[in-house]
Amino acid sequence: MRGIATYLGAAAVFAAAFVHQAQAEEVAAPLGDPARGEKVFRKCAGCHAVGAEAANKVGPQLNGLFGRTAGTAPDFTYSDGLAREGRNGLVWDYDHLDAYLENPKALVSDTRMNFRGLKDAQDRHDVLAYLRQFSDNPRDIPEAEPTALSKEVDLSAEVLAIVGDPAYGEYLSSECSTCHQRNGSDQGIPSITGWPTEDFVVAMHAYKAKVRPHPVMQMMAGRLSDEEIAALAAYFAELGH
Amino acid sequence: MKLNRRSFIAAGAATAGFAAPMLRAAGKPRVVVIGGGAGGATVARYVAKDSKGAIDVTLIEPTRHYYTCFFSNLYLGGFRDIESLGYSYGKLASGGVNVVHDWAIGIDRDAKTVALAGGGTVPYDRLVLAPGIDFVEGAVPGWSVAAQNKMPHAYKGGSQTELLKAQIDAMPQGGTYVMVAPPNPYRCPPGPYERISMVAHTLKANNPTAKIIIVDPKEKFSKQALFEEGWDTHYSGMIERLGPDFGGDKVEVNPDDMTVNVDGEIIKADVCNVIPAMKAGRVCDMAGVNDGNWAPVNGHTMQSRMDENIHVLGDACAQGDMPKSGFSANSQAKVAAMAIRGALTGSKVFPAKFSNTCWSLIDADDGVKVGATYEATDEKIAKVDGFISQTGEDATLRKATYEESVGWYAGITADIFG
Repeated sequence: MRGIATYLGAAAVFAAAFVHQAQAEEVAAPLGDPARGEKVFRKCAGCHAVGAEAANKVGPQLNGLFGRTAGTAPDFTYSDGLAREGRNGLVWDYDHLDAYLENPKALVSDTRMNFRGLKDAQDRHDVLAYLRQFSDNPRDIPEAEPTALSKEVDLSAEVLAIVGDPAYGEYLSSECSTCHQRNGSDQGIPSITGWPTEDFVVAMHAYKAKVRPHPVMQMMAGRLSDEEIAALAAYFAELGH
Repeated sequence: MKLNRRSFIAAGAATAGFAAPMLRAAGKPRVVVIGGGAGGATVARYVAKDSKGAIDVTLIEPTRHYYTCFFSNLYLGGFRDIESLGYSYGKLASGGVNVVHDWAIGIDRDAKTVALAGGGTVPYDRLVLAPGIDFVEGAVPGWSVAAQNKMPHAYKGGSQTELLKAQIDAMPQGGTYVMVAPPNPYRCPPGPYERISMVAHTLKANNPTAKIIIVDPKEKFSKQALFEEGWDTHYSGMIERLGPDFGGDKVEVNPDDMTVNVDGEIIKADVCNVIPAMKAGRVCDMAGVNDGNWAPVNGHTMQSRMDENIHVLGDACAQGDMPKSGFSANSQAKVAAMAIRGALTGSKVFPAKFSNTCWSLIDADDGVKVGATYEATDEKIAKVDGFISQTGEDATLRKATYEESVGWYAGITADIFG
């Protein structure tokens, strides 16, 4: 109930009408702050875009998220888990989004969303208030600021322009598939299939530059050339599509 | 028919007839793999998958159900059930691998054939040996494979693992668990010490006054600082290690009265886990590709230094800097698969790259890891870069490391067995 109340709090005028009197004081405090939520969203922006011209990245774009059936963003290849939940009728309302953001794998055990969750309820309320803006009033979307692209590493246009050789990527990928499953399932090691190539390239260079903090990945990326990273990106982009 | 006796060692006179070379199937090159573990199953699967039917692949493996040795310690600690460690070969078969459940009893390197216990021979153009390990006879005086039901090694997955677990669960209160640890080199360098951690975890819950003694011929061991810190934190007072300065390199066992003699001091054991010195699996000896206890290989291709038509993978080979592990075997198998396809079908060959990571569980949600990358030089497989978990890491990181190891297990077993 608290979640629903907060959701409506984005349009506070309606909130009082739906919330039981005894809860009114309780719900007043955790109203989401979209401005703060925009900052919280930086944790999500590596994989998700929202706002004008938002496109699918590692995760689907989040315009029109509220009220959307799970697993149905256009042109995005979902995990079996989210596709199944969508078929079973899961709709992204406030309560489900709140639960999902708290611990994605508690709600959808086989989601590919490799995120530990936002444990702080206020963080969730804020980020949902922020995302709500891009669902509630679609006409506002063109005027909103596009998601600031996270620049983990500055890559030259030449590096980003390298067209990878998927055949070479397939050979190199045998080293990845010792841990990352080719069918895209995620049982403790993130899925890396079906990513847009640029996200893949940026992520690998971020490990190589030791900007991303994982010792195994830093080591694996550390000895890959620009061409090898591009080849892997090209191969994994096609896998799972 | 000319037969080279040095390279063909039949198990008995009755098998001599198998040496007659078979007619080769027209056209298609043939790869035969002996041993269906992390190295053998991976190379069979990758050659079949990537050659898209252009190469005929046969895997010879006596058992129908394979139990991984890696993660078997987690079964001893109560974190996995035994079924979760078992695999069959159905997906390899449906992926185009001809799976033969039989024993290889002879290898004729001149005729390029493998003789099977069940009769007949299998011809090859390239033979891959991935037999894992066997134990050096007489390495621990008083112990032999015949004593493995009294003093299990539990260093091959399956029934030995289950036996050791049953013995630990049946220990009297306040009893003594003794491990005789192996000398280098051996399969899974952190394995014995992860096992100690998992046994301690089980005993702490069920038998908190029990004692654990490690009799160890080595001065130091893998991840030592991490394990010792963890034992101090979680199992204070339970574990005692007798290194060579306490006679750990002068040990004899008596399986009949369940005693361990450490440099003259007699220890009465309730469970005695003897992990003897190791050597390449018997098949390598049969093929005549060993130099000493292991089979030397060329790191660029994993070809035997004794015979370019034979590749040796995993624990059985002497390659250089990589530890003997399932991860290493899987990594080497992919390099071998590429080299074999290149040699037999002319497919493109890229420079060999290898990697390894070993995760160990010290207690619930307390995981650590060590890993490295490697490349082939003309002399050996040489280490390039590496990392290890640090002492004093926070609980969140240790839990994440454990969860990652569970993901790795799911990933690598899918990569090996399909």
